[in-house]
Amino acid sequence: MKKLWIKLLPLFLYPGLGYACEGDCGNSPWALLDPKGPIAADEMHLILTAFGLMLIVVIPVIIMTFAFAWKYRASNKDASYTPKWDNSHAIEAVVWTVPAIIVLILSILVWRSTHALTPEKPLASAVKPMVVEVVAMDWKWLFIYPEQGVATVNKLVMPVGTPVTFHITSDSVMTSFFLPRLGGQIYAMAGMQTELNLLADTAGTYRGLNTQFSGEGFSGMNFEVEATTPEAFQSWLKETKTIGQSLDGSRFKQLEEPSENDKPAYYANVEPGLFQTILQKYAPSESMSQMSASHENHTRLMQAQK
Amino acid sequence: MFESALFGKLTLSAIPYTNPIIMSALGISALIGLLILGWVTQQGQWGYLWREWLTSVDHKRIGVMYIILAVVMMLRGFSDAIMMRIHQAYAEGLGQGFLPPEHYNQIFSAHGTIMIIFVAMPFFIGLMNYVVPLQIGARDVAFPFLNSVSFWLTVASAGLVMVSLAVGDFSQAGWSGYPPLSEIQFSPGSGVDYWMWSLQLGGIGTLLTGINFFVTIIKMRAPGMSMMKIPVFTWTILVTTVLIMLSFPVLTVTLFLLTLDRYLDMHFFTAGMGGNQMMFTNLFWVWGHPEVYIVILPAFGIYSEVVSTFSHKRLFGYASMVYASIAIAFLSFIVWLHHFFTMGAGADVNSFFGIATMIIAVPTGVKIFNWLFTMYRGRIEFTTPMLWSIGFIITFTIGGMTGVLLSVPGADFVLHNTEFLVAHFHNMLIPGALFGYFAGYSFWFPKMFGFKLDEKWGRRAFWSWLGGFYLAFMPLYALGFMGMPRRLVHYDNPIWQPYLLIALAGTILISYGIFCQAAQLYVSIKNREALRDTTGDIWDSHSLEWSVTSPPPFYNFAKVPHVESLDALAYMKEHGIPHRAEAPYSPIHMPRNSGVGVAIGAFTFVFGFAIVWHIWWMVIASTLAIMAAIVMRASDENVDYMLSAEEVARIEKNGAQAASSGPSGLSHHDMITQG
Repeated sequence: MKKLWIKLLPLFLYPGLGYACEGDCGNSPWALLDPKGPIAADEMHLILTAFGLMLIVVIPVIIMTFAFAWKYRASNKDASYTPKWDNSHAIEAVVWTVPAIIVLILSILVWRSTHALTPEKPLASAVKPMVVEVVAMDWKWLFIYPEQGVATVNKLVMPVGTPVTFHITSDSVMTSFFLPRLGGQIYAMAGMQTELNLLADTAGTYRGLNTQFSGEGFSGMNFEVEATTPEAFQSWLKETKTIGQSLDGSRFKQLEEPSENDKPAYYANVEPGLFQTILQKYAPSESMSQMSASHENHTRLMQAQK
Repeated sequence: MFESALFGKLTLSAIPYTNPIIMSALGISALIGLLILGWVTQQGQWGYLWREWLTSVDHKRIGVMYIILAVVMMLRGFSDAIMMRIHQAYAEGLGQGFLPPEHYNQIFSAHGTIMIIFVAMPFFIGLMNYVVPLQIGARDVAFPFLNSVSFWLTVASAGLVMVSLAVGDFSQAGWSGYPPLSEIQFSPGSGVDYWMWSLQLGGIGTLLTGINFFVTIIKMRAPGMSMMKIPVFTWTILVTTVLIMLSFPVLTVTLFLLTLDRYLDMHFFTAGMGGNQMMFTNLFWVWGHPEVYIVILPAFGIYSEVVSTFSHKRLFGYASMVYASIAIAFLSFIVWLHHFFTMGAGADVNSFFGIATMIIAVPTGVKIFNWLFTMYRGRIEFTTPMLWSIGFIITFTIGGMTGVLLSVPGADFVLHNTEFLVAHFHNMLIPGALFGYFAGYSFWFPKMFGFKLDEKWGRRAFWSWLGGFYLAFMPLYALGFMGMPRRLVHYDNPIWQPYLLIALAGTILISYGIFCQAAQLYVSIKNREALRDTTGDIWDSHSLEWSVTSPPPFYNFAKVPHVESLDALAYMKEHGIPHRAEAPYSPIHMPRNSGVGVAIGAFTFVFGFAIVWHIWWMVIASTLAIMAAIVMRASDENVDYMLSAEEVARIEKNGAQAASSGPSGLSHHDMITQG
């Protein structure tokens, strides 16, 4: 254990230098203020704008509290004293309308930003988006690359500059899929599919995690995100296809056993439709027996997004 | 087979005698409990305690007992807090920190449940029990016996939480208990059942209290007190009771559905088999969000009384305050989804709930400004209650700002479920609720016991709490910006640790604040003669509770006052109208104390314990016993008596002394009047 003062040092180094870390090296510790993708950058600006707007009310309130408390202290007999003064239409008008105007401005901001940043919205990009299927398990993350036929556990590799569409579900309890430096967070729920669209614009190693408490292994349920150049991504794919074990039904069964703090693992030859199978497992039984009801079933699965 | 019929799922292994932390906590609690029981026995006060307190239907005594319950549970909840803080400060790296995950997870689940349901709720319910009937010039609440039942139901459910420490375990699914984690498949133990049943049974007590006080305020106000002459604290309580009546049934039903899932293998909220976990989340917060305002609005009422009293000035914008409270209450029902913007509801729905949430900032902001303009051109005395209020205004404003930030869905996507969220809701509930209750406690203490609290220790407590709060929670805001999620039992990012160490220092400072409050009580009791209030109106205040002696006689008002103005007492003082009733007096109709409330509470506790452990014969027996107690009470005709005019005259003449010996007057009277 390092000396206490060494541990306290980074407090004074805002926004902080790269500090010893795992899975998040060489980055500022202030994950939300150090975005590595356009969505995260927009979310940071949104936070700062809303914060600035609110200071218009908050700073006067704090100043007035101190000023009034000091000026009208009982011992200050010079200050005016109007014990019966209990109403003023002018003041009432100001205290109702000024916050109302700020909230109105914020509301417009909310409406626009929420529609712009809503997780299921595809990103505008010339590059064709890549699909990654995400399955929250006890207590690890499974990433399936359906177009590439590979899969990983607790390691997300994505090419820089390519929009990624995450299809997310859970094979267990409710969890929340969160990539702080890339922006956005959405719940993973069994039998339902949620969607998140993100893009990394800087290469690097970041952290992804579950933020929704999910039981004993919750704290270890995080993973490394490697944003690489498209070329590096291709060679990673090639390598994974040669060294990875195949992910078939029986190996998936093993994976479903609860485990904690799992090291990254790599799979090739992923059984096609594995993600759909996991979704179907929790779907209402009647639609499982009736294949004709699959459309209705799909609508139900998409409920989480509507 | 025989054993499982007799003991259900309960076995000896449910007692965690191998866990030194739990066993020492149990040992200490048992020791304190035994010391108190021994002291009562040594003083020979069991009879007095039973007759005058435990069986009391007097709203003032029930109020004091509620506050004692809240304080005891606060010590438990705070022990949980300090254990979490110590653990997290040293939990950098796998297996670090001193708590195993299954214990740590119980602690944060218990901390949330206890602080909301068994500290915040009983604390304000205690204050409102004491103050509301006095403020509206009533002699008691509408249903005094029901009031006793409500209290004992709350005690029973708090007892259930405490027993989970010794027998079995508490929930490891968080205080909000989201399924599927809280379903039997993922939480097979007794923990979730303890959580579920203590919330359920306590919730029934709260609902009954809500109904009781709603009826009391609507029907029992002194003549002349029209709606817009109701003191502002009582107004906030009226709004709160409406929130209770509308939201608690939702909790009851939601927990009942979860019960069906866990006990009868149904599938309301399971993952798969047609269950819908999103439904629980929605229903929980349909109750949970109004619940936040249920604990905060009464504190707003207290601040209004305190700021006006110690600024020696009328409350600025009374009508605005009332309408703002009503607006907050209404809006509190249409914002629940902001607790889960990240569930994927889509942009339109998220925008609606985000904007609705922000709108709450308007009436809340108005309240803040009205308190400030009450201070404006006043003569401010910085007594302890006033310090709590000023500390609240500044701290709560900061919490409000972070709240508006979280209500922006785009911002919430990165802040949700992080330490930022933890910092935010503590920033609302500690200044917004707890500081208010502390202000109310020191404000009305002289009314309750006839002497005021020591100022020096009060100021020390305030500054320790305030400083401790900032130290404990500001680092958590920073950690949120670093992407640290809540509820971590270990982490591998060393840069988070210094912030957690500072948060720990803050918690230690808060524990010094709690020590100061204990010292304040001790010193004040010791010096009570010097701190004695002989006037009944020690702060030169404005509402009716200050028009009677401190403490008030058990019948509150010898004659029901007539209200001419909003600040009823201020009006009387100004116009030279005597505010103490003078002879001749009339006989007063009083309710008789009853042990049935205690019995219902005790059987409810047995019921809760039995159903947690599936001991079915005991479930049936305790249900029958509760029903028998209700039938017995319903067929008892000896539930009230008339206090004769001479007796009233005697008590009024002897003033405060007679009031404090009121109990003996009562039992004496019980003998001479026959119903």
